[in-house]
Amino acid sequence: MPELPDEARVVVIGGGIVGNSVAYHLARLGWRDIVLLDKGPFPNPGGSTGHASNFIFLVDHNKEMTKVTLDSVRQYKELGVFTECGGIEVARTPERMEELKRRVASAKSWGVEPVELLTPAQVKDLVPFINEEVILGGFYTPGVGVVDSLRAGTLMREEAERLGALTISPNTEVLGIDVERGRVRRVRTTRGDIRAELVAVCCGVWSPRIARMAGASIPLTPAVHQMIDVGPVARFEETVGEIAFPIVRDVDKNMYERQHGSEFEIGSYAHRPILVEPDEIPSIEEAVLSPTELPFTKEDFDPQMEDALELFPEILGDERVGVKYAINGLIALTPDGMPLVGETPEVKGLWSVAAIWVKEGPGFGRIAAEWMTDGNPEIDPHQSDVSRFYDHQRTKHHIVARCSEGFNKTYGIVHPMEQWSSNRDVRLSPFHARERELGAVFFEAAGWERPFWYASNEPLLEEYGDRVMPREAEWESRWWSPIINAEHLAMRDRVGIVDLSAFAIFDVTGPGALAFMERMCVQPMDVPVGRVVYTPLLNEAGRIKADLTVMRLGEDRFRIVTGGLDGPRDRKWFVDHLPEDGSAQLSDVTSAWCTLGLWGPRARDVLASVTADDVSNAGFPFGTCRPIEIDGVRALASRISYVGELGWELYCPMEQGARLWDVLFEAGQPHGMVPVGIGVYGTTARLEKCYRAYGNELEMEYTLVEAGLARRAVKDAPFLGRDAYLRQRESEPAAILCTLTLDDPTSSSGVKRYMLGREPVLTRDGRPLEDGLGRRSYVTSAGSGPSVGTHIMLAYLPREHAQEGAQLAVEYFGERYPVTVAVVGNRPLFDPENARMKA
Amino acid sequence: MLVCVKRVPTTGGKITLTPDEQEIDTRFSGWTVSPHEECAVEGAVRIVEAHGGTSTVLTLGPAAAEEQLRDALAVGVNDAVLLETDGSEWDPEETARAIAGAVAGLEADRGPFDLLLFGNEAADTADHQVGIRVAHALGRPCVAGAKALELRDGTAVVRREAPDGGWEVVEAPLPAVLTVKEGINLPRYPSVPGRIRAKKKEIHRVAPERTGGRVRKRRLVLPPERKEQAEILGHGPEAAPKVVEVLRSLGLVR
Repeated sequence: MPELPDEARVVVIGGGIVGNSVAYHLARLGWRDIVLLDKGPFPNPGGSTGHASNFIFLVDHNKEMTKVTLDSVRQYKELGVFTECGGIEVARTPERMEELKRRVASAKSWGVEPVELLTPAQVKDLVPFINEEVILGGFYTPGVGVVDSLRAGTLMREEAERLGALTISPNTEVLGIDVERGRVRRVRTTRGDIRAELVAVCCGVWSPRIARMAGASIPLTPAVHQMIDVGPVARFEETVGEIAFPIVRDVDKNMYERQHGSEFEIGSYAHRPILVEPDEIPSIEEAVLSPTELPFTKEDFDPQMEDALELFPEILGDERVGVKYAINGLIALTPDGMPLVGETPEVKGLWSVAAIWVKEGPGFGRIAAEWMTDGNPEIDPHQSDVSRFYDHQRTKHHIVARCSEGFNKTYGIVHPMEQWSSNRDVRLSPFHARERELGAVFFEAAGWERPFWYASNEPLLEEYGDRVMPREAEWESRWWSPIINAEHLAMRDRVGIVDLSAFAIFDVTGPGALAFMERMCVQPMDVPVGRVVYTPLLNEAGRIKADLTVMRLGEDRFRIVTGGLDGPRDRKWFVDHLPEDGSAQLSDVTSAWCTLGLWGPRARDVLASVTADDVSNAGFPFGTCRPIEIDGVRALASRISYVGELGWELYCPMEQGARLWDVLFEAGQPHGMVPVGIGVYGTTARLEKCYRAYGNELEMEYTLVEAGLARRAVKDAPFLGRDAYLRQRESEPAAILCTLTLDDPTSSSGVKRYMLGREPVLTRDGRPLEDGLGRRSYVTSAGSGPSVGTHIMLAYLPREHAQEGAQLAVEYFGERYPVTVAVVGNRPLFDPENARMKA
Repeated sequence: MLVCVKRVPTTGGKITLTPDEQEIDTRFSGWTVSPHEECAVEGAVRIVEAHGGTSTVLTLGPAAAEEQLRDALAVGVNDAVLLETDGSEWDPEETARAIAGAVAGLEADRGPFDLLLFGNEAADTADHQVGIRVAHALGRPCVAGAKALELRDGTAVVRREAPDGGWEVVEAPLPAVLTVKEGINLPRYPSVPGRIRAKKKEIHRVAPERTGGRVRKRRLVLPPERKEQAEILGHGPEAAPKVVEVLRSLGLVR
């Protein structure tokens, strides 16, 4: 073994597919002095890569995952370790057949082609040993394949070594990671210490243990995934190579089956969740097979045996075919099912590249390496960002609860709005007790319980009749109520209050606060005290990192308000850029302030009845903020609106929130005030105003110009991404964000159907739309527009299709529905002059 | 046919002890039976396949030993008997007494077993005693260390290794007791239908009478660790001649 250098630019810990990919991509991007170490031997150090089933299905409903998977396949092919065999998800139930249609739609949205729905007989043609009598059909992706992930890792190491970039050190255990002044400094190992600028934790199931050495948390848990190998299968002995038949996912039974040479492999996600503590994984010496191949617990697999036998009687019914290998394989699970990538928020220079499966390994390796290089990964990884978690989401309690709940949904039919049932009631606003009394139906966001609608508003259904746009189909009635649309109409007619306490709130203060905020934000920050500014944030490459509002509360004092789901990521982005001289500080005051939205034509009447302060249009104009006194509560009132109505966001200390609610609620009664849920705030009212949402419309893949958020002028002050942004403004956008309206919701069976988002946008004759940069058009957000009387969808369209009045279609559960381009750009559908907000 | 097995921890990794040094730490191990016993089970199944009749598997152990009984059922044994204990270790003498008693009880109902098969020794305690003691208690002939077995006209013809390296061929009239050594056959893997059938079979449970043994476990001691050293012969094609040399020295290549 070569000597371990005592200094390196980056130490990559972990020699599975992820660590190898990170080292390889760093080397390709020009990094040198990379050390890759693992406590086990190469090529199989004993982690999850070594026992992975190594197959790759391409289609996921999640765009980020699909993009990373496709990139990984491209890389595996480049390395020559990919064998295409096709894959079929089979349906045993009518509900699953519908889900498979939804998967076809996702394939079109993300550009995975070809895909096809198969009849049982067609499945049988491809998989002659399947019992087609127990299935209703299948979703076939010919591009599915298997990889040799260990070989891929070896090739990646060899390439990095050939470039003179990499020292590898197997059988080297990490004993500690030293951190000085918040930065990683040194990795201590059984072969000596290495000083390093950066450390990448690519340790799969061991990642929490390694990160903890540096005082950081990587919130994942090792969990068992059971696998067995049976053989020899006579039929397979006649085939050439590792696999000659498509892989079958028996999704209704949470299982998969694949040929592996002369054997047949069965994997299961159907058993009880079996979570293991990272510290309780055996060492390489102690392990009977390998540390991540734990002894098989037969009783957990027994029920699956009969399901597998039912589907593959020819193979599994053969008494000569024996169970030769059976393990409780360890894999990494996270509380929200997404990987953990990026610099940890706790320690500068300590990166997590963890909770990544073989199918995504090379893609996330590339993302991490690009991110480390210039902060600008090609694929937007925000949903996998390790800094996305709040503290409570890093607790063992939360991780165990959510990973246990999520495990059996691995192949589940998961509704886009589906709520978690475990570990609820973690963050409660001061209005919570009042909301419960009003029959609030709570949805969770970042731990906050937010009313999505209120049962107390049910009488409004009668008031508004068919204007609430009732839904007939079960799917889009799930996690939904027509009450949402009734609340919407009542707010637009009268006035509503909305609990917005899930906002993340940061105060930036100090003599350098203005310069700092100018540098971070696209919009000018040198505005008069008392102004509220909506602004995007860009990275150096001009790609969208966030959008939020900023209140200038004083000469040296700004308050940032961002979405609850985005809070921790946005906070890290700000903190990472704080001036080194300490002239500006950021404090997270999320838990100090609660927020109520008061909106509607009567909002001023309500507010004026409880405050002596001037809330007239002249005295308190749109886009301004200032403290006002409401019945003894000093609240910060901010006259902006995400729902397009006259009104204010009212911020007050958490402990005075209940008082504020009571005063406003009582004062609102003569004006017909209703409590309004997030269903209105986040969807219906927002979409009528064509407001963009981070993660839906706004992400790194699209520019401000494409999103219709480029203002007429660009401020002179330098800010992150300014040069790139100026360049974006000079060229024609490849796509433009448009508002589409549904012309006719009637399906072929006569049932009215309403899209929920992420559906592909097609020409009327069914061709996908793709812009000059190869990006498919899909619905970024969808929802009812009760005040405009139509179902609304937002989508980026290629320039040639971005014409108002253009006739297009969206695909939903296998049928095409006609839509019309109603707006190109950001003009609201409802109240396009914004007269109501500014009244 | 009756075949007796014992539930023991799977080995393969480094063995560690519980803090009180009374047990092997089984946190990371599964459970199995000794390779000798796997061969005994396979032997019983093959004899029934060849000559007809039925086979029964028996164990003395905790309730969890049901797993080992079902493993035997999965590869074709017909019935299973569990002499259920509280999980504490029984010494070979009291184990043999309990098994002999159970055998007598079973035989009272169903007639004598032609053959009782044991593994040569248990994988954990390696006492080499239980089979022989059961034979003695039942007054039946016993052949230990069987590496080959044939049944001929009411006689078991057994081949076993002689101390000087040759073979001994022994004949024992049935009913007899054999202890079997690994290598007598190549045990089969369980099939999926076999596993499903095994899961559904009923296990006959008998409460064994504990008569007390004379062997007391004081504590377990780990033997000194043997350090294995891997030698890297080279990288790429230039390593090939050295690999051939090693294979030659092992007699695998001429």
